[in-house]
Parts: sequence; C-alpha cells; structure tokens
Amino acid sequence: MNNNQKIRWRVVRWVIGFLGIGLFMYWNFFVYSALIYYKLINIMFFCMLFILFRVVFGPTPADRIIAVDILGVLMIGLTALLGLIYNQSFFMDIGLIWALMSFIASLAYAKILEGRSLDD
Amino acid sequence: MIREIVGMVLILIGVTFDFLGVLGLVRLPDVYNRLQASTKCVTFGSAGILLGAFVLQGFTNFGFKVLLGIVFIFLTSPVAAHAIARASHRSGIKLSDESVADLYQQDHELKEE
Repeated sequence: MNNNQKIRWRVVRWVIGFLGIGLFMYWNFFVYSALIYYKLINIMFFCMLFILFRVVFGPTPADRIIAVDILGVLMIGLTALLGLIYNQSFFMDIGLIWALMSFIASLAYAKILEGRSLDD
Repeated sequence: MIREIVGMVLILIGVTFDFLGVLGLVRLPDVYNRLQASTKCVTFGSAGILLGAFVLQGFTNFGFKVLLGIVFIFLTSPVAAHAIARASHRSGIKLSDESVADLYQQDHELKEE
C-alpha cells in the first residue's frame, strides 16, 4: 500500500466516523423522544459498540483485556442510570458484583499475559 | 430544585467523559495510549454518573450503595490498569512508532547492569 492509498483510506475512515457519530447524535437528541435518562442509556450502549469493536479487531491481546476491563466500568454507570429510572436500589447490587468480577478477571488475564500461572 | 440541576449536570459530564474515553480507546495507536485514555472513563466518567445519582437520591438505601460503588471503583481500577500495563510491557508488546522514550525499559537495563 503506497502513500497515496494510505491517505485516501484515512480520509474514508474520518468521513465514516463523523457520519456515524453525527447521525446517531441527531437521531438520539432530535428524533427519539423519551426521558433524558433513556437518551443517556442510548449513548452508553453506543460506547459499548465501540468497545466491542476493540474486543473483536484488537491487534494484540492486551487491547482486548483493556476493552473488557472498561466494559465493566461502564456497566456500573449503566446500572446507576437504570436504578434512577425505575427508582429501585437492587440495580446497584448488580453493578457492584459486575465490577468485582471484572476486576478479578482483568487481574487474572494480566497474570496469564505476563506468563505466570494462576497459583504463583 | 437546585439539587436536581446539580445532579443532572454531574450525570451529563459523566456520560460525556465516558464517550470521549471510549473514542480514545478506538482512535489512539498504541496499547499504552489506549490504556491512558480509557482510564479517564473511571475517574470522571462512571464516578461522575454515580456522584450525580447520589446527589439526586440523597441519604437513602440507593445513595449509600452508590457511595460504596464510588469507593470500590476508585480502589480497584488503578490496580487493574497498572497490572495490565506491566504485564503487556513484560510480555514484549512494542510501543508505537511515534513514541519518543521508553523509561521503563531504560530502568530495567540499568538495573541489570
């Protein structure tokens, strides 16, 4: 791939990104009519789509580990928003347990990536 | 009234920081740069959303669980990020071509001498 093709591919990527994010934000804030919490939850799901892109196409294993770790952090915010909508407090229990499992899993993944065994 | 406005502003700031952090996770060229961008999701993103929920709810059952969540993610997330960065550097993942210095590698070489 020579230099000219590389620049053309970069321009195509920027156009796709701007069009995708702009269309989503336009639909979310001007077309879709609901409470503000539902719009914020839509933005969180859009973020999770990006994270799943990094999980699937990540070049190295460390990228996938980072993406899964951040997915657990976003899930706490999502459960807090859900709890604010339904005015129930058990959603935060789900978020806390999800974050705990995500923390232990990312530590275990880091240990395996470094080349040590789990009972080291 | 003021409490609702402050809570909604905190939640909006939190969602904005989450979105920018995830954009950095997709766009940046390197494992370490991606890690540095995506830990911004924690300190003002999800913690901002939880703080806004605490301001909206007050000292109720929900509010105490939210405070527990803030303390929990502030304790655990830097530990996980540090462990991932150390493991990925030790397993031999290269830095990107534009990066200037690798101080961890230099310290390691000095220690071996």
